[in-house]
Amino acid sequence: METIVSIRPFLAVLVSILAVPLIVSTRRTNFREGWTFFAAFAKFSIIASMTPVILDGVEIEYTIAQVLPSVAIKLKVDAFGMLFALVSSFLWIVTSAYSIGYMRRLKEHSQTRYFCYFALSLSATIGVAFSANLLTLYLFYEMLSFATYPLVTHHQDMEGRSSGRKYLLFIVGSSIGLVLPAMLFIYHMTGTLEFTQQGFIAGIVPPKLIWILVLLFVFGFAKAAVMPFHSWLPAAMVAPTPVSALLHAVAVVKVGVFCILRVLTGVFGTQLLFSSQMDTVVLYLASFTIIAASLVALSQDSLKSRLAYSTIGQLSYIILGAALLSPKGMIGGMMHIAMHAFGKITLFFCAGAIFVATGTKNISQMVGIGKRMPVTLSCFFIGSLSVIGIPPGGGFISKWYLILGTLEADQRFMLFILLSSSLLNAAYFLPIIYKAFFCTPEESLFENKIDEAPPWCLVPLTITAICSIFLFFYPEPFFSLAKIVSVGIFSGQ
Amino acid sequence: MSQHFPAFIIVIPLIAAFFIFTAGWLKRTYCFYIAAVALAISLFSSFGLLLQVLQNKVVVYHFGGWSPPWGIAYRVDYLNGIVLVVSAAIAFLNLIATKKSVEKEFIERVGPFYALYVLFVTGTMGIVVTGDAFNLYVLLEIASLTGYALIGMGTEHAALASLNYVFMGTIGASFYLLGIGYLYIATGSLNMFDIASILPNIFQSNVVLFAFVICLTGLFIKMALFPMHTWLPNAYTYSPSPAISLIAPLTTKVMVYVMIRILLSVFTPSFSFKSMAVNTSFVWLAVIAIVVGSILALSQQSLKRMLSYVMIAEIGYMVGGFWLANRAGITGAILHIINDAAMTLCVFLVAGNILYRVPGDSFDNLKGLFRKMPFSMGAFVVGALSIIGVPPTCGFFSKWYLITGGIAAGHYGFVAALLFSSLVNVVLFFRIFEIGYFEPFGDLHISGSMDEEEKTFDDAPLGMLVPLMIVAAGLIALGIYTDTLVTKVIQFAIPGGIS
Repeated sequence: METIVSIRPFLAVLVSILAVPLIVSTRRTNFREGWTFFAAFAKFSIIASMTPVILDGVEIEYTIAQVLPSVAIKLKVDAFGMLFALVSSFLWIVTSAYSIGYMRRLKEHSQTRYFCYFALSLSATIGVAFSANLLTLYLFYEMLSFATYPLVTHHQDMEGRSSGRKYLLFIVGSSIGLVLPAMLFIYHMTGTLEFTQQGFIAGIVPPKLIWILVLLFVFGFAKAAVMPFHSWLPAAMVAPTPVSALLHAVAVVKVGVFCILRVLTGVFGTQLLFSSQMDTVVLYLASFTIIAASLVALSQDSLKSRLAYSTIGQLSYIILGAALLSPKGMIGGMMHIAMHAFGKITLFFCAGAIFVATGTKNISQMVGIGKRMPVTLSCFFIGSLSVIGIPPGGGFISKWYLILGTLEADQRFMLFILLSSSLLNAAYFLPIIYKAFFCTPEESLFENKIDEAPPWCLVPLTITAICSIFLFFYPEPFFSLAKIVSVGIFSGQ
Repeated sequence: MSQHFPAFIIVIPLIAAFFIFTAGWLKRTYCFYIAAVALAISLFSSFGLLLQVLQNKVVVYHFGGWSPPWGIAYRVDYLNGIVLVVSAAIAFLNLIATKKSVEKEFIERVGPFYALYVLFVTGTMGIVVTGDAFNLYVLLEIASLTGYALIGMGTEHAALASLNYVFMGTIGASFYLLGIGYLYIATGSLNMFDIASILPNIFQSNVVLFAFVICLTGLFIKMALFPMHTWLPNAYTYSPSPAISLIAPLTTKVMVYVMIRILLSVFTPSFSFKSMAVNTSFVWLAVIAIVVGSILALSQQSLKRMLSYVMIAEIGYMVGGFWLANRAGITGAILHIINDAAMTLCVFLVAGNILYRVPGDSFDNLKGLFRKMPFSMGAFVVGALSIIGVPPTCGFFSKWYLITGGIAAGHYGFVAALLFSSLVNVVLFFRIFEIGYFEPFGDLHISGSMDEEEKTFDDAPLGMLVPLMIVAAGLIALGIYTDTLVTKVIQFAIPGGIS
């Protein structure tokens, strides 16, 4: 594998940290948001500028500091990291626009603080995506935990505070309590933490310890919300909706999944997982989470909670895809990071738009809302299609590959899980849309007059909805990136 | 001139103390400047010494030209070279950072305060630089007595807390003296390296054994290792804040240094670790200190008091790491002396800044501080993250070495205690963040005013903030340069036989 050294990945991480002092010191709110946009565009451009190189199969490296013998704080861009970074940095631009509409219309307090920590969170997210070794990954993972805490507790009321505590307890508790010792143990045994294509601990760590380490990582990265480490995610829904949309449907939770995938492939390696049969354990953990979360989602009346449980289930799709240990399943899992991101962020944007326009949070009070907010609800429909996996939603492609993966790996039971989960997804999304559009005038809770959320809310959610259809027809560059990852991992076998 | 650096470190502040005391009567504003110049020279000399050590490995200085074992020899190697620089830097930075606060708190007693301050630094630096076991006792007493006086200068309960510290401190120092006495009986020498060369022949002697035990007990009391910690929380809580941000980073850490010095250089690792076979028990003692310190910290209701208990837990880190008796563990212990001193300085300086603006440091008084003092609290966040052990702050890396040491030694109790303490620290510090950030809460969300946060801004004066920012940035810099520190200095401080 060819590698080039370039400062660009570091700049991509740094650009939003550098924006923080500018955001703080700017008094005029329009200029302040201007800095956010500037940082978001700069970040996306830097990342996008590296894409052609990565598509050619080259990797980009940059060492920030040598902190321990044989371990440095080091960035490395490969296809997997690039895929994730592209998704999150693009969606940051859209979310920034949405934030303006949402926060200003609701006259939220402390907007400066909000935009600061948002920028910090994105730095951490890109840092995780580009981490070259476990230490760097851990560093940015923790940075993300702490940077998102003030966003979760934004409302500063009792509910916000208790959710903040739960958030920290689960996320920081598990990373210090589980990931840190596992990482140190691996360092002690192998003397290195650098991710490789095929893993580096096979043959060094005794087989009986492998399963402990795998579980420590799968549960330790609690941002992936594998049950029973999931309950922070519904609690974190007290945050303003743009936070739930970008962070708790895309950046934070997918950082968790990303870390698990990275560690499973880059530290353990697919062959070791297969020979130690840990793939089966992870498969069952993931499939349990998928079904249980979907069932819980059915019973949620608060729209955001329903979306949160849906997210918990969908995250485990990605883990399942990787744990199938088949090339197509891996492509499906990687693709799902992108596809689910666009679909779910649309859904959250819609939930926020509904709240901004009507003040309604609960599904039972959304009967007939389609007449009042047709654009929003149409986009909601598109987002649901994508998450359920029905054409022309982009989610169809990732589910298609996941299903091919189950056949390739000869895991019939997992095929059954995926299909029944799709049914459940349909069962918890479609009634909302049905009730919103098709109800008798007596049932309708809203006047038959169009009154949408402000354009700063409406335009971003339309963009993401269009994107998720667009990705069905043209899933590039994500598909090529996923393919490079899959080929890289499985070519050695 | 540079060959006299070891003398400068001690002599310049010692002489300066008398001038400061005199200046206190004549013109009080001079006191600070004399102290600053003296400590700057001391810092400069320490730095020069470290550079010499990096070149020549060891710098030996015979006081008055008398060669040991008759005269007093000062001896600087990798171990105390780095501790010297850190101590001198802390003393100097704290002096600058607390100028305003001293003027406000001591008004007429500025002279005595700075005289004691500089004497305390003399004692502490002397303990680090000396190569003579008895001279170390003398300097230990200088540091302790001035320490008692500095703590006693606080208000209300300070006198009683200081008295309690006097009792415990004196007992500790006496134990140490007794131990040195026994060593003198056995070897006829007081020079550390002279003793070390004689001891191997008489390791079986009960006198040596007794000296070992009693020296160590004395040091444990002095460093406040649980359960001999009882003097610390009160002394640190009630002392004046400019004094405590000097004493807290230095005293206990320097005592850990003395323990490492005595055990590695006087008793040699083969005696301390192998013949005595007490390693595991001491690590367990440290585990108890960590766990109990953390739990007690949870139940405190004021900032300085909570930090005191956190420090008791931190002592456990260093003692435990050292007694793991492997390279990673001892590296972690030495690294943590440096890092813990720096982060303790950071958080106690913040406590000082808070007390400069707010009547008390109980948790009720911390409400809304993130709005009022964003810069101080920002530094506090960095210090707290370092104490929790979040990369890239320095606290993470010493914890890294300590935990790898624990895994290498197969001592999983120590590993678990460190992780437990990290988790408790998360709770401790985020509780403070929560209070500082969210309270008073309620109407803000509805009123939606965006300019409100600027109105109440009232941080400490710039003279206090700038040094604090340097310290906070230093915590991150120390973390990033960990590898340089370990490969250039600390690894040479550990005797070769330890793997």
